[in-house]
Amino acid sequence: MSQPAMINRYRWYELVGIYAGIFVFLSFILSPFVEGFLVSLKPLGLLFSSPYRFWPQNGSFDAYRSMWVSVPGFARYIFNSFFISTIVTAVVLVLVVPSAYAFARFRFRGSGALLAAFLAVNMFSGAVLLIPLFRLMRSFGVLNTYFAMIVPGVAFLIPSGIWLLRTYMMRIPRELDEAAFVDGASHFYTLRRVILPIAMPGITVVAITTFIGSYAQQFIFALTFNSKTEYMPLPIGLYAYFGRQEVVWNELMAASFVGIAPAVVLIFLMQRYLVAGLTAGAVKQ
Amino acid sequence: MSVRRSTVIFAWILLLPAVLYVSVIVAYPLVDTFILSFTDASLKKTTKWVGTANYDKIFNATFAEVIVRTFVWTAFSVAIKMIIGTFGAVMLNAAVPGRALFRVLTMPPWIVPMAIGIFMWGWMYNGQFGMISGMLQNWGLVDGPVAFLAHGSTAFWATIITDVWIGVPMVTLYMLASMQAIPQDLYEAAWTDGAGRFYRFRRITLPLLVPSMITMSMLSLIATFNSFDIIWILTQGGPNGDTTTMIIDTYRTAIGSKKYGEGAARAVLICIFLSIFCIAYFRVTHRLASGEGR
Repeated sequence: MSQPAMINRYRWYELVGIYAGIFVFLSFILSPFVEGFLVSLKPLGLLFSSPYRFWPQNGSFDAYRSMWVSVPGFARYIFNSFFISTIVTAVVLVLVVPSAYAFARFRFRGSGALLAAFLAVNMFSGAVLLIPLFRLMRSFGVLNTYFAMIVPGVAFLIPSGIWLLRTYMMRIPRELDEAAFVDGASHFYTLRRVILPIAMPGITVVAITTFIGSYAQQFIFALTFNSKTEYMPLPIGLYAYFGRQEVVWNELMAASFVGIAPAVVLIFLMQRYLVAGLTAGAVKQ
Repeated sequence: MSVRRSTVIFAWILLLPAVLYVSVIVAYPLVDTFILSFTDASLKKTTKWVGTANYDKIFNATFAEVIVRTFVWTAFSVAIKMIIGTFGAVMLNAAVPGRALFRVLTMPPWIVPMAIGIFMWGWMYNGQFGMISGMLQNWGLVDGPVAFLAHGSTAFWATIITDVWIGVPMVTLYMLASMQAIPQDLYEAAWTDGAGRFYRFRRITLPLLVPSMITMSMLSLIATFNSFDIIWILTQGGPNGDTTTMIIDTYRTAIGSKKYGEGAARAVLICIFLSIFCIAYFRVTHRLASGEGR
């Protein structure tokens, strides 16, 4: 038997301990989802009764039907969320790919400081800059449009995109660029025909993480810069219902689950890229 | 290869779009915040300079309380995130069947829209019918319903717990990646010398994780200091301002009461704190990186 197999063999009590630890940890992580899902199955009468019961009795998927009526804009909110995230991702890629290449390949005066400046953007949340951003959006005349949510959203996703893709591009052998130069290719041609095809997996990871980041963080800009129902992304659309006195919890939870379904499907399809992408550059910084 | 001029020009052409974008959307607002903080900007058409009046106005007992609360809230949140997140990473690093699935199951709080996760917590904290209060009553741990978000002290902890929940996946995945970067032969050498599992963990894993822990805590500190959505959705800073952190206070002043000038002064203070954290972060990571080279 090889060494790694021996070293990783656990005694029974170690296994029990590990699984118990994992169970406790995942219970904390997943309990809101479990509870939220069970709530979506419970009829309102059972929901608003004491004592509390964890398991739904005569549970049903009724809320998943009725929510389309009681949250009229629901389909629109989901569309808006997707639409905003898609445009944000596209713009981020257009800005990030060339700059990541520049940071990965060229050293010039001020390049280190510039990279640090980009990374420093990460430390400000939109909340700190909300006042001038509000005035800026007003002077652009884009308040209460999709742009009011897209334009600031892009800015705060650029830094991690650059960092991720730069790390990836630095691993592409320099000889490839140099060979292209020797053959008389221009800088631009080299980037387009040599680097971009090889960097595609890295670009895909950046696209996925940017999309998810944008999908997950649609709140403050949408809350502050847009008041039109028809442009609201899902979180804000549902927030309007959350804020009411009598919240129809089972429908709100049903709507939440339908709303997060795309993200969950993405996680399962893309999990390998995600873990690699989200933690890239983390260990070797 | 010498740096030719055309290369430098090409690099700048590549960088220009992103640099311009971030200058307009981040750098300019940063400068504008600073300028606004010395004016009485509001919804009125005219704006005039008021010198340091906005700063004089905010330095009072209530605001000092907000600052202290922000730091206490942030410190607890970061500490708990690090403890739970590292614990999860250690557990998920064990080579047991099913661990690939368990790792995927760690991600949802981070990846689903934040607001939606917070809605779920909002229901769990509900006093009359929520899960936590209900379970505690069913187990006989409390006598009557506990409305967690209605009382200052419980709301303070409730918002922290939700913030921890959202932050833990990042810590876990980061620490997991750091653990897997530890060379396997260290463990094998120790194992050959007869070192037990716990001894290997204490003498190899833990010491080698310290740099990652420091880096992650500081990243987490910056993110947590900026936390807005959680408190805003759960309590809007209430009850009686007991969960009002600096970010929430700034939002209420600037967007709620439309006092842009006073709000900007508060935002400038946040920026100062964030800059201090950021400089500390760069210094520490730089020192850690050069320490590894030795």
